[in-house]
Amino acid sequence: MKKEGKKKIWSEYQKEIADDHFFYVRSCIRQSFFPGSEQFFLNFMRNVLGKDVYENPSHTTCTGIGYHSDIVPFATLMTVVARHFALMKESGYKNIAISCVTSFGIYTEIIETWKHFPEELEKTREYLYKATGREFDIPENMAHTSDIIYKFRNEIAALAKNLLINKKTGEPLNIVEHIGCHYSKMFPKHGVGGAEFPNVLGGMIEAWGGKVVDYPERRHCCGFGFRQYLVQANRGYSLSNTAKKFSSMKPFKADLVLTNCPGCTMFMDKWQYTIKEMEGIVYGEEGESIPVLTYEELAGLVMGYNPWDLGVQYHMVQSEPLLRKLGIAYDPDNKFKTKDGRQMPVPENLINV
Amino acid sequence: MGNFGFTLIKERHIDFDANDKSIAEYISDREPSFRICIECGCCSATCTSGNFTPFSLRELQILLRRGENNKVKDEIRKCMLCGKCTLVCPRGVNTRNIVMLAREAFQKQEKYAV
Amino acid sequence: MFSMDGQIVIVGGGAAGMESAGQLARSGYHVTLIEKETITGGHVRNWYHLFPDRRDSREVIKYFDDLINHKNITLLTGLKVEGIDKHGMSFIVNTNSGTEIKADAVILSTGFDLFKSERKEEYGYGIYDNVITSADLEVMFRKGEIKLHNGVIPGKIGIIHCVGSRDEKVGNLYCSKLCCVTAVKQAMEIKEILENARVFCFYMDIRMGGALYEELYRESQEKYGINYIRGKVSEVSVNIDNKLVIKAEDTLVGRPLKMELDMLVLMAGMEMSESSKSISESAGLATGENRFFSPADHHFGSNKGNVEGVFYAGTCTAPMNITETISHARAVVSDVIGYMNNGDR
Repeated sequence: MKKEGKKKIWSEYQKEIADDHFFYVRSCIRQSFFPGSEQFFLNFMRNVLGKDVYENPSHTTCTGIGYHSDIVPFATLMTVVARHFALMKESGYKNIAISCVTSFGIYTEIIETWKHFPEELEKTREYLYKATGREFDIPENMAHTSDIIYKFRNEIAALAKNLLINKKTGEPLNIVEHIGCHYSKMFPKHGVGGAEFPNVLGGMIEAWGGKVVDYPERRHCCGFGFRQYLVQANRGYSLSNTAKKFSSMKPFKADLVLTNCPGCTMFMDKWQYTIKEMEGIVYGEEGESIPVLTYEELAGLVMGYNPWDLGVQYHMVQSEPLLRKLGIAYDPDNKFKTKDGRQMPVPENLINV
Repeated sequence: MGNFGFTLIKERHIDFDANDKSIAEYISDREPSFRICIECGCCSATCTSGNFTPFSLRELQILLRRGENNKVKDEIRKCMLCGKCTLVCPRGVNTRNIVMLAREAFQKQEKYAV
Repeated sequence: MFSMDGQIVIVGGGAAGMESAGQLARSGYHVTLIEKETITGGHVRNWYHLFPDRRDSREVIKYFDDLINHKNITLLTGLKVEGIDKHGMSFIVNTNSGTEIKADAVILSTGFDLFKSERKEEYGYGIYDNVITSADLEVMFRKGEIKLHNGVIPGKIGIIHCVGSRDEKVGNLYCSKLCCVTAVKQAMEIKEILENARVFCFYMDIRMGGALYEELYRESQEKYGINYIRGKVSEVSVNIDNKLVIKAEDTLVGRPLKMELDMLVLMAGMEMSESSKSISESAGLATGENRFFSPADHHFGSNKGNVEGVFYAGTCTAPMNITETISHARAVVSDVIGYMNNGDR
């Protein structure tokens, strides 16, 4: 593997990421399944870096999940997104920070559509005005929140309490990075590093001391597929694609899977349980499964936040093996307690415990 | 564990390295013209069997080369040995002999009459 | 009215430049042949054996070297032409050293550049150790050995056709014409060095449009057992043993195919030479969508362009093989002589 070749490609896909004054649009799935992620992002940006990250209470789902499931037509989608742009305009923001990769995908798709088909832009202006009386401008800068964490990865490295090194062996951790398809496969120039050798997560991993693992099915889709996954009878098709990725990465002995898309994180995490139940196969070492984290959760661990505050216990695959490797102390008793100390019911079928 | 309502699906790619290509080698050693097929499909176009069944000599010979023998073993029996394919092949492949050798190879492999 | 005293400048000392220079010189004209590298010969120097008859390229280079060894030819090497200015009926040829050369007619034989295969990111050229181009392989042939990055002899070698050609993603819609026959030739040459190697060609089409090319294709199958799989390789990656893993569809079966290979050879296509860009801009020379020089007429004007007195020879107009390049260069001589004698097209 020649690093210079990759560096050359990365240098050609340098996207402009805004520095401050972000209009934050949350992710439907990440809020529910990985609650600590968006909380970390806001905490880090506002309290650690002192940036201005604004959330508008009138913000809604982008309906991307509906669009990709053939429920929401494209015209509706454009209008919903235009409404978010109108909220941005009203609050005086020009930079948008997008939490979900599906959202990011539809925002870029819509803006590209408006570029090539100006009549669609005009139609959207008309629809939005008729429906809500709002007017909008196209944002100046569109970044995914993983782009922003990538941009500030060195600041995080400077504040790191736990670099991504196996405390027992002294070797960097082997980390598989998985980019959501809608991040860069549709419009490679909108992704850091392009589509074939993306660097948004790889850059974070290396800045924080870890080693990026390349494996044959790295580029393969996790299989989320929306309309495939949402219908139970089709779910096997989605599941099988994640299984394909995991069998391919198994020989590389990954310590962690890092993802930037809510669907992918959900899949890579939950399907390990399903495959274990169905076939009895696990993909980690010594009968363990591989923890799957979001980049915010990983950044939080690197910076020394309490793992339970980051919400890593709410993943299907428990992160204790990773925490032990990183040498991060954790209190098993506090794992499923509320913030004020009340005990919550402990989930069954936890993996890696 | 209970019924999920869905299962893992088997991958459908041709795993070239894992497949057994000995049938193709058997044919190739005995009928050198097997090697010069360019898969133009002229044979399948004129084929008697291909009119009414999915039998396609073009496809079957590729499957043998890829080692997908199971897909060929029974299909190859549908050939009527009429010889129309040999007549039209632009490369001069001895197609009838290939069918005969394929049958022979499978027979030797399975040790029962094909 | 020009005459034998007129000055002809030829830009580019490859096959086309040397051939046209040699023929014009022998017809009695004074020619200045300018080559940007320190030696003439262009790409031909980098090949080992040439199709269709597998003869040593050094014989062809010798033919060219003898051809330009003529008193009527002034050879200037290591000099790069940056632009041409037309003043009335004559030209000033500007070079990177600041030297200006006067000309009554200019032949552009600036040739082609090989497609830079790192642009096809999915193939990992420059990233994965054992992905090489057809040009890299010719260097191995000249050395007489084919080895992997770690010195091991490869057992399975894949060849990918159409790298940088017929590809909208890299902006080259055209076919580079010679890559298929090169692939077939190189497949056979690999087998001659590595008898037990298995060679797989992944193609979209097999284009054998030249004298004896189809016969080569047949020979490669019959004598050398080269395997041809119709399907363009979509991605290349490496497994834990540093072997290359490719994904292609076996289109004739209609199923995806997965294979491990030790080495992968990319058939890099031909592109308009980068160095001719400044020349065509300076003189307002028309180029086509494929960026090669546009001919004045496709049938009887392929050596002329849109500027009177500027002529074209060789692969700066379109992908062509060495035989065609030589013929094209001999044809330009006829056009140039006509121009020099009549002062009109």
